[in-house]
Amino acid sequence: MAPETLLRTPLHDRHAAAGGKLVPFAGWEMPVQYEGIREEHVAVRTGVGVFDVSHMGEIEVRGPQAQEFLQRTLSNDVARMPVGGAQYSVLCRDDGGVLDDLFAYRLADRHHLIVTNASNHGKDLAWLQAHAPDFDVDVVDRAPDFAMLAVQGPRARALVGALADGALPPRFHVCQRVVAGVPLLVCGTGYTGEDGVELLVAPDGAAQVWDALLAAGATPCGLGARDTLRLEVCYPLYGNDLMEERGPIEAGLGWCCKEATGFIGADAVRAVREAGPAERLVAFAIDGPGIARQGNPVVGGGEVTSGTLSPCLGVGIGMAYVPADCAAPDTRLEIDVRGRVRAAIVKPKPLYTKETT
Amino acid sequence: MAEPTYPDHLRYHPEHDWALVEGDQATFGITWFAQDALGEVVFFDPPAAGTTVTKDQPYAEVESVKAVSDVIAPLSGEIVEVNAALADAPDRINDDPYGAGWLVKVRLTNPAELDALLDVEAYKSLLG
Repeated sequence: MAPETLLRTPLHDRHAAAGGKLVPFAGWEMPVQYEGIREEHVAVRTGVGVFDVSHMGEIEVRGPQAQEFLQRTLSNDVARMPVGGAQYSVLCRDDGGVLDDLFAYRLADRHHLIVTNASNHGKDLAWLQAHAPDFDVDVVDRAPDFAMLAVQGPRARALVGALADGALPPRFHVCQRVVAGVPLLVCGTGYTGEDGVELLVAPDGAAQVWDALLAAGATPCGLGARDTLRLEVCYPLYGNDLMEERGPIEAGLGWCCKEATGFIGADAVRAVREAGPAERLVAFAIDGPGIARQGNPVVGGGEVTSGTLSPCLGVGIGMAYVPADCAAPDTRLEIDVRGRVRAAIVKPKPLYTKETT
Repeated sequence: MAEPTYPDHLRYHPEHDWALVEGDQATFGITWFAQDALGEVVFFDPPAAGTTVTKDQPYAEVESVKAVSDVIAPLSGEIVEVNAALADAPDRINDDPYGAGWLVKVRLTNPAELDALLDVEAYKSLLG
């Protein structure tokens, strides 16, 4: 995509002012780092960081059959989500292939908001709208109406709480608040393995919130640190670890698939769950020097789907699809890293916990 | 090194490598521009001493957290020494790309190739 066609978030000038390095990502011009990925990573693990994730998409689902519609389209048991609740799901095709992974937020009885991956937003919207006519429901693209800031780290709640007009929602809950003078949605969710919140705010209020967060001491963090943080705690990334060609059981996401709800793809997911998948997404650490990367083959079958150097563990880490009989922790793997075979060891997920270090 | 720096006494390859030529030997490294584009270098995978390198061909890899990049040989020769200190401190490539962050020393096999390298002004004009 040519640079002049890239979308910009409402915080574009803030990123430039903070020394952000802007790169194309999923059709957007996004900050990959400011001071450095490692510093930003550590800031989130030990203090508080703020990420502009305004490239994420939003889809509103409302109407008398909003819950029935989502129960049909999302993999989790949507009926178990209370008003003010948040729930992770995958969106599956009929054959169980993963179209996207996403959070749904129940804002009111028959009113939900879904947050999509930027690269999948148009596809998700078309998929949901194509299935909407069977239900009394409106499915509306709200991506232009929201910027999104993720405030993450052990100090995130205290920092945001001091700027808010009331208590923050617990983990996996959502509520309306005024933060730094701006009305917004506070979501008790994140993608770093740390406590924190995500703020969904109208684009014209985003800069005021961003400025207040930085003034209160939050470290601006880019997508580079977001990727290393999520990989240390083994959260899958769509386009790397999740794809239409593989299902949620293979990806280790069976916990958010409730086949009894009859969601689209449930039969295929059930069949894989019962028979056992041919391959599984495992976490690994390189045994020695080197860093495996997405696309590196696993000797004997399989492939690396994400890889980086873990800033907290100091070794190459990643996730890979491997034959199911190679998926147990402590299994030794060999990974072809650009022609050089590197030894790796299958590890339990997550790779990083507070107790690891 | 926070500000762009390009020493006058080095010769430059358009793939953002530098060479310091002393007699029939040369020291190779990557430029400020290259290390800035990479971000923090976390791993340097050097070739072994004795390995032959060929001008314009990759001879090593440097990795940042985010990506891996080939390092291109600015001149041809045989590697006589690698910067062993980079194994434990690859971020020296960021902190001091023309000093402690040097990569390899090479005995040149075709010193005439030096004519094809850029001087500092030509390299800086390439960066725009």
